[in-house]
This record gives sequence, C-alpha cells and structure tokens, in this order.
Amino acid sequence: MSKDLRNPLARARGLGSAKDGVHHWMLQRVTAIALVFLTVWFLVMVLGLLHADYATARATVAKPWNAVLLIAFVVTAFRHAVLGLQVVIEDYVHTRWLEVGSLIVIKFIAVLAALMGVLAVLRIALGS
Amino acid sequence: MAEFTLPKNSKITAGKHFPAKGAKNTRTFKIYRWTPDDGKNPRTDTYEVDLDTCGPMVLDALLKIKNEIDSTLSLRRSCREGICGSCAMNIQGTNTLACTRSIEECGSGTISIYPLPHMPVVKDLVPDLTHFYAQFASIKPWIRTQSPAPADKERLQSPEDRKKLDGLYECILCACCSTSCPSYWWNGDRYLGPAILLQAYRWIVDSRDEDTGNRLEDLEDPFKLYRCHTIMNCARTCPKGLNPAKAIAEIKKLIVQRRGV
Repeated sequence: MSKDLRNPLARARGLGSAKDGVHHWMLQRVTAIALVFLTVWFLVMVLGLLHADYATARATVAKPWNAVLLIAFVVTAFRHAVLGLQVVIEDYVHTRWLEVGSLIVIKFIAVLAALMGVLAVLRIALGS
Repeated sequence: MAEFTLPKNSKITAGKHFPAKGAKNTRTFKIYRWTPDDGKNPRTDTYEVDLDTCGPMVLDALLKIKNEIDSTLSLRRSCREGICGSCAMNIQGTNTLACTRSIEECGSGTISIYPLPHMPVVKDLVPDLTHFYAQFASIKPWIRTQSPAPADKERLQSPEDRKKLDGLYECILCACCSTSCPSYWWNGDRYLGPAILLQAYRWIVDSRDEDTGNRLEDLEDPFKLYRCHTIMNCARTCPKGLNPAKAIAEIKKLIVQRRGV
C-alpha cells in the first residue's frame, strides 16, 4: 500500500459536514418520550387480558382508544427501533456494502412489520 | 466490522525484567514496549524501581527508568506540571497524565503503563496524534469575526461572559478523553471526539466570536458530532477534571435551539 500523501487536514476535513443529524437525534428522543407512556399503557392493557378468552381480547383491541394507541405504539416502536439500529450499524459495521445493505434491510423490515401490525389492529377494530 | 481482537502483529508478549538490586522499598512497573525497527510484536517489560530514590509521581519513575535502568524507553514529557499534556498515557487502565498521577494513587501491586488506547504507536509510549491535531485544526479554533477590530483597544468581554469559558479554557489537548471514548475508537476517522468538540464549544460560547452559526453548521453531522452517545468516559478520565460530555450536550442543545423542536 502506498503512503497517503494527503495533508492530515484534508483527511480530517473529509467530505465536510452533512449539515444534518439533529433531525435523527430529535426524533429518537421524541419517540423515546412517547414510548415511555405508550409502553406503560401497553403493558397495563396486556396484563389486564391475562386469563381472558379470545373474544374478550378481540373486543378490547377493537375499542377505539385502544386501537388508536396500539397503532401509535406499533408505529412509534418500529420508528424508534430503526433509529437506534441505524446508529449501532453505523458505529460498528465498517464494511461499506454490508453497512449500506443492513441500513436498507432494517428499514424494509421495520416498514413491513409496522404495516402488518397496523393492518392487524385495523382489521380487528373495523371488524372485518 | 469494528475489531474487538488485536491483529496478530499487535499481540503483546512478555518482555524483559529489570530487578532493582539492593533496594528495599521497590515498586514494579509493567510498561508497553514496541519499536518499529525490529519487526517484532509489542512486549511488556517490567522494571523494579527504588522508591527511596525516586520522586512521587509516575513520571518521576518513568524518567528514573529512562535515566538509570533502560535508556531505550521512549515517552513524551515536557512541563511535568500538568499543563503541556505531553505525558498523557494509560496508567492502571485509566488515561491520565503521568506527571500529575502519584505512584501512591495507583494502589498496590504492579503499575501497568500503556500508550493512549487505539492510536497508532510511534514507539513505546508515544502515540501518533497527527489526526487528532488535524481534527483540532479543522474546527478553526481561533476567534472569527465580522466586525472590524476596535482601533485602540481589545474586544471587551463582561465578567459574566468570561465565566462561561471556565471549564473549557483549561483543556490542554492531552487527548486523554478522546482516546478513552469508544465512539472515537470505532469512528475516530470522522467523529471529532470529546476534546475537539469541547474546544469547538469553547469558541461557540465565547461572547467575542461572531461565527457561531457557521461553527454549528460545520458540526451538525451524524459523524462529526452525533457519534457522541453520552458514554461519559471523557468526563471520567479528564486529568484536568473537565466535562467534555457537557460541552457536547450544549452544542446539541444550541443546534436544536436554532431550528426548533
């Protein structure tokens, strides 16, 4: 390997600032705050369904407020998870194709999983 | 991937032992040794140092070793009073200055000394800080103004505004914090690290500087700034007792402030 003859300053300045990053940082925190409340609510609701039969569980999910909060929970949880996973991958995966590949794959998986969750709640809530 | 194991040619082997003949009050120092000249793996040499004829600080012991026991040991040092930052190294697992860390503070048993973690080694305890200094230069760490300099006096600063520089201006750029930061280990090529970000904040918060907007714009980057995950090793290790993590948090707050939530 030949020696890097660039000035160290050129290497340090690199590609310059992306002038972005605060959006990711803010969204991660806002979704975290939302999840504090949504997760507590979710756990209370699920624990309340202990020993309940299928019809009761279905009826509980179908209640408007429960359905709305469940959808909010599913969407927020996956959004937050993607933001976090993205940081982990950027931190540790330094093989470029693997990094870009996994960043795209986690987004696809999260969107599909969130859509599945939303559809499931909607089907129960709208009674089809 | 991030490498969690040492490459083959970096595995540390056991080195030579230098006993202190005839000394009663001794302390053993285990010191990382590597030289680019012989193509060998790094090793740790152990030196017994006679504390009765040695100064109180770790640097005193290192210089005694270099002067009296093994002159091939390489290390940086200059002021021996914690103001130049040259003798930053990893002592007993903590990055600190050899000149301000007393031998007594190091507890009992052998004292291990390694160069600053995760930096290229030039020789023994001397790390290559070229990139670290280049990153410092990249934030343009000097006053940047639009208004012309007052003709007959300095730019004034109120005592309250001057107080905002306390806890920042004391930084001596020894690199203890940056080289203790896992984010800097894995992404030091792009992440500026705690020391440089603290220096950046030192100019952002300076009431005489007039380029805050551009400074914030240059920093807002997923890698330059947002690799800080508030691990807090920086504040824990700083030999001057500063808190770089807090300075980084202040930068993040200002960036939020200028765009709204």
